[in-house]
Amino acid sequence: MPDNKDKYEQLNQVIAELKDQPGALMPVLQRAQGIFGCVPMDVQKIIAEGLGVTLSEVYGVATFYSQFRLEPNGKYTISVCLGTACYVKGSQKVLDRLSEELKTPVGKTSPDGLFTLNATRCLGACGLAPVMTINDEVYGRLVPDDIPGILAKYREQA
Amino acid sequence: MDIYRAHVLCCGGTGCTSSGSAQLIQRFEEKIKENGLDKEVKVIRTGCFGLCEAGPVVIVYPEGTFYSRVKVDDVDEIVTEHLLKGRKVQHLVYSDHATHEQNANKSLQDINFYKHQHRIALRNCGVIDPENIDEYLAFDGYKALEKALTTMTREQVIEEILKSGLRGRGGGGFPTGLKWKFAAASVADQKYVACNADEGDPGAFMDRSVLEGDPHAVLEAMAIAGYAIGASEGYIYVRAEYPIAVKRLEIAIGQAREYGLLGENIFETGFNFDIKIRLGAGAFVCGEETALMRSIEGKRGEPTPRPPFPAVKGLFAKPTMLNNVETYANVAQIILNGADWFASMGTEKSKGTKVFALGGKINNTGLVEVPMGTPLRTIIYDIGGGIPNGKKFKAVQTGGPSGGCLPAELLDTPVDYDNLIAAGSMMGSGGMIVMDEDNCMVDIARFFLDFTVDESCGKCAPCRIGTRRMLEILERIVNGKGEEGDIEKLENLANTIKATALCGLGQTAPNPVLSTIKFFRHEYEAHIREKKCPAHHCQALLSYVIDPSKCRGCTACARVCPGGAISGEVKNPHVIDPSKCLKCGACIEKCRFGAISKQ
Repeated sequence: MPDNKDKYEQLNQVIAELKDQPGALMPVLQRAQGIFGCVPMDVQKIIAEGLGVTLSEVYGVATFYSQFRLEPNGKYTISVCLGTACYVKGSQKVLDRLSEELKTPVGKTSPDGLFTLNATRCLGACGLAPVMTINDEVYGRLVPDDIPGILAKYREQA
Repeated sequence: MDIYRAHVLCCGGTGCTSSGSAQLIQRFEEKIKENGLDKEVKVIRTGCFGLCEAGPVVIVYPEGTFYSRVKVDDVDEIVTEHLLKGRKVQHLVYSDHATHEQNANKSLQDINFYKHQHRIALRNCGVIDPENIDEYLAFDGYKALEKALTTMTREQVIEEILKSGLRGRGGGGFPTGLKWKFAAASVADQKYVACNADEGDPGAFMDRSVLEGDPHAVLEAMAIAGYAIGASEGYIYVRAEYPIAVKRLEIAIGQAREYGLLGENIFETGFNFDIKIRLGAGAFVCGEETALMRSIEGKRGEPTPRPPFPAVKGLFAKPTMLNNVETYANVAQIILNGADWFASMGTEKSKGTKVFALGGKINNTGLVEVPMGTPLRTIIYDIGGGIPNGKKFKAVQTGGPSGGCLPAELLDTPVDYDNLIAAGSMMGSGGMIVMDEDNCMVDIARFFLDFTVDESCGKCAPCRIGTRRMLEILERIVNGKGEEGDIEKLENLANTIKATALCGLGQTAPNPVLSTIKFFRHEYEAHIREKKCPAHHCQALLSYVIDPSKCRGCTACARVCPGGAISGEVKNPHVIDPSKCLKCGACIEKCRFGAISKQ
């Protein structure tokens, strides 16, 4: 695919640009995820070769940090805040309801590939607790019954 | 420079941006232009004002009128009434939770939430445009760096910080001046200054607010630290989850370089210093200093044993001095106003102020900065406005996953490093989550252990295995399968982990459990012995009951019950079959007569 070829070229440029700076592996992985949406094994192999480190080191770092994904996300990424302020205001119930409505366990993508459901650490919008984000959209002061309506909106758009 | 007769300050912090402040700013600019006021009134996107509960927040100067929860549709009225005709829009003015007072003539400083505060670290947040270095310069910006470079020796700078009594605001409370002194004493061809902006405590967001509202304050302090310890390079390790903070840091670094305040030969003194940003990738353990340095090196963020301390062998095996964002935010003020000024605030061993992120079951959620030694009661009731919905205060959690829960009896504790530790909690980075009678303390302990287990890096056995065993016991207890002896097992594990874990994460992980056992042992016992949750929170231990004297037999509950557990005839009292009840609570929400209760 020409589109994909372009992405690999971008990746090689990133590697060339950053490889001489100390501690380049994390920034390269971050930029790679920006290009591909995730860091699958073939991308990790290219990074390992490009930076002259072992694949096990790349894989070790990619799987250590929760930010890196080895598989792509759904079209919409739902992140429910489970920070303390949101938790004491009932965000677990919001998360449970989402999981139920989407028939998807936390951390996974819904069968239709539309939604990836994540529980996240503090988003820092504690004034709006409980909070979730869907891609860049923020939803605050949620109750579980808000969920079906919000999901319906995205299903219509899709 | 243009002079404006009025300024509209809109909060551009994460909280207010989440509730739509960007659209507000756009609307203000459009409306002001439409009314031909764009030469007279200026709109400024500031950092966080602190009172996130009232967001999006808009303040109109020179009056200091405080508008809260402003919607895009309200903008027209503020522009045409207040800015055009000079009449404050009374019904949009902030209303005090406690007094219900809505007084348009009260300026910011007179509002209860701000009255008890003293802002040093947050001094410019909500005051200046963080994306404009000139505004920072107008508020004495980079003056402290100039003073240090041109009139003070390195030793004098360190001495000043030492004398001020400033202690690390990231949680540990280690004397900052001492850290600087150790790093200065190390001899090496290259040293580093680093800034810990990997704010990971759930519910704490003071560092983010400083970075978003006053990024230059951190850059200036890092440059001063660089001069003091003899480093020419700095790293800021910031959470990738803070996009606004990252963007403003990048802008600030660019502007500072352009003005010659970072780079080579700063103030023509021959001092060189520059700063790089490194993004975190979502690992709580990277808030620990050695793990953070491994992460900047591009490795797995696993802590390493100390010694060697980072002041001797840190980042890239060179001497490194790491401070937290809020610590840095105090530095320039100490250099400018002197150590004695700073040391005049606070308690005997904790000087200055501390920023707390007040959240949970509290009326005024937001960021507050108070002198050390301010009692918890003042913070929660006078500033925080107390507990919403007439509920009873149960506990306040400080220190995040490393801290503990303090009960009502300890509300008069003056907050400082040592008092909190003595009370069984800790300062941590300053998260302060208030809990009411509906929160189950066993479940809160479980929540924090769940966090720790998830975030444990797995390097040392006490943390990797020990915290998991603790979590399993806690899960058993909240699910009604607790056994006699569980509390003792938890205490035993907790003490072992505290004594043997490699880093701060593991050593403090048992604190939420120990403090809840200490102050709320009766809740643990009720779960274990009576299989009851006193807060009616733990689902497995709840039973739903219909009060026959209140039930009118409207059938609303029976219709909504997903498990078909409710039966009864129309206009006659209904009953819930506990064997079918899913404990979802749908019936309670539907009942209009208050006949259903959790027991």
